[in-house]
Amino acid sequence: MADDKQKAAETQPITLVEAVTQALSYELENNPEVVVFGQDIGANGGVFRATDGLQQRFGTDRVLDTPLAETMIAGIAVGMATQGLRPVAEFQFMGFIYPGLDHILSHAARMRNRTRGRLGCPIVYRAPYGGGIHAPEHHSESTEAMFAHIPGLRVVVPSSPARAYGLLLAAIRDPDPVLFLEPKRIYRAAKQPVPDNGEALPLDSAFVLREGSDLTLIAWGASVKETLAAAEQLSRQGIEAEVIDPATLKPLDIHSVIDSLEKTRRCVVVHEAARFGGLGAEIAAQIQEYAFDLLDAPVQRVTGYDTVMPYYQLENTYLPDVERILAGAHAALDYSRKPEREGGR
Amino acid sequence: MHKPRLQLQASFDIAYLQYLDKQGQATQPLPDFATPDWLSHCHRQMQLARLVDDRAVKLQRTGRLGTYPSTLGQEAIGIATGNALMAEDVYCPYYRETGALLERGVEIEEILAIWGGDERGQNFQRAPKDLPICVPIATQMLHAAGVAFALKYRHQQSNQPLQVSVASSGEGATSKGDFYEAMNLAGVWKLPMVFVVNNNQWAISVPRSAQTATQTIAQKAIAAGIPALQVDGNDIVAVAWAVRDAMARARRGEGPALIEAISYRLCDHTTADDASRYRSAEDLQQAWQWEPIQRLDVYLREQGLWSDAKQQDLDRELAQTMEAALNNWESRAPEPATAIFDHLYAQLPAAFYEQYDQLRDEQGGGG
Repeated sequence: MADDKQKAAETQPITLVEAVTQALSYELENNPEVVVFGQDIGANGGVFRATDGLQQRFGTDRVLDTPLAETMIAGIAVGMATQGLRPVAEFQFMGFIYPGLDHILSHAARMRNRTRGRLGCPIVYRAPYGGGIHAPEHHSESTEAMFAHIPGLRVVVPSSPARAYGLLLAAIRDPDPVLFLEPKRIYRAAKQPVPDNGEALPLDSAFVLREGSDLTLIAWGASVKETLAAAEQLSRQGIEAEVIDPATLKPLDIHSVIDSLEKTRRCVVVHEAARFGGLGAEIAAQIQEYAFDLLDAPVQRVTGYDTVMPYYQLENTYLPDVERILAGAHAALDYSRKPEREGGR
Repeated sequence: MHKPRLQLQASFDIAYLQYLDKQGQATQPLPDFATPDWLSHCHRQMQLARLVDDRAVKLQRTGRLGTYPSTLGQEAIGIATGNALMAEDVYCPYYRETGALLERGVEIEEILAIWGGDERGQNFQRAPKDLPICVPIATQMLHAAGVAFALKYRHQQSNQPLQVSVASSGEGATSKGDFYEAMNLAGVWKLPMVFVVNNNQWAISVPRSAQTATQTIAQKAIAAGIPALQVDGNDIVAVAWAVRDAMARARRGEGPALIEAISYRLCDHTTADDASRYRSAEDLQQAWQWEPIQRLDVYLREQGLWSDAKQQDLDRELAQTMEAALNNWESRAPEPATAIFDHLYAQLPAAFYEQYDQLRDEQGGGG
């Protein structure tokens, strides 16, 4: 009867943030080297409740509230990991990671290389990221491209409860540091059943979320929601878009994108982050390196503006919405090559 | 004008420890660990560190080594600290630590490799859990706090004896947030950890007086609620007592401590620096009067434990050790260029294969 109850619970649909809790709980249960720490993650269960109940269940030795110091959170994870622990550190918001950047960039991502494999840093740095929840300044940015630039680091962004669960398990089990960015706008946007079976999803592999042969839409995190909605609208117009979620932004699985372009020959990249130097630029660059001849149109980017992320009154203006994604899609679809210039050069 | 009546809420003091004064005279009976054998070992190791430093600086001057930070004049701190750790303790050094690394069993060849631009030097063969030397200032202190957490965690989970992490730094590092954050956490989590600060009076060109308004570096620990002691950093017995005492406390589960070891950087900051631009020859000359090796030498001779003949034998032995290390270092085959990918991740992700192959092919198929 207890088993039946448990099975019923397993199949209950859960939100993305509950899937994060479920993954943390599974790894704490099954790997004694896992420790979870951050600000307000203990009795309070985290400001988004991502660690709800974990301290009660696993004790204050393994689920710890830290003093309020982000550099420290990033730095102690390095020391713990070098001695074989599997620290999972929470930053309360991505906007507060920057004091810890020195440790992520200068140490966590380099320790294995620096010691020629003697010491590794199997760390997961978790942070809620992205806009759209009407939060104060510094609570809404998307700076994943800054981190994707760092050699030795993985950057992973889930876009559904099932991927949050499977990718977080993979991140904790990975022998190298992972920045795990949780799109807080969709923390509770949708529910799906996520069996608590401990099965990880592969890192470094893109997910094809929707198949189509007319256009490739690439998005991750919260933007996946609007991108899938745009694809549905296009479908009603008889245009079938393929939607790809890279999920691991670094290393990037560009080959799944190229495979898709073999069919579609047109592509739009969607991200909340500012356009200049964003991941869209890297994806567009790699597409033209690997598949220039496949393209029937320039790669379109639908992104945040190259401005400071506005306070919340204007944040929905900043964030790419379905309309802007559709406009980008039509720009890619409607593009046709200009006739050759007369007289050559 | 109104003057409110105030009540004393807390008060603190900072103690200072010295056993051997700068003339090599004992100012109080030496502790039990300071046996003739131990003192002779320290005497030897300080001289070895000074020899390695001297040769490394010369190698840099002749273009055979990259930038090198000498420990000249501060050998007592490194040797006493490195010597106080047990094999299973974890040392978290900053970059100016030749003596301590030698005491931890790090090979001279490895030290030369690090400064000779070869990461393999950080792959300490005989100190497998120690952290590599840390270049960004004060960051190693937070790593050491994380290490201490791991040591305490293992102790709690498996009842192994409690081991200790030791972080070293210069006094300039105590101006950084990492230092305060590490002390604060170590205090509140009662971590088995010791901070050893080499107060050598200079952070490149900035003197101690321009670094902080505090009367001592040691008192900074009081803000974090952890005990601190100031010692004569050129008196190896004093440094050793302080580090051993702090480690014994940590091992008993009594938490962290800080030691400020007062010394003087008799060398340039590194071989890339010219200290004559910012400090006087007189000050330097003055500082030479209390350097650490001479005073121990005097003490050992007065105790009948040292002689010119013994020194000649030691000079010969150390020179041979150094030559052998130099030969080993110089004869080591260079890494293939593709080594830059080999430890970037535990397993190279597929997205890197193309760059790896490109580099290998550019290097003529070497690998």
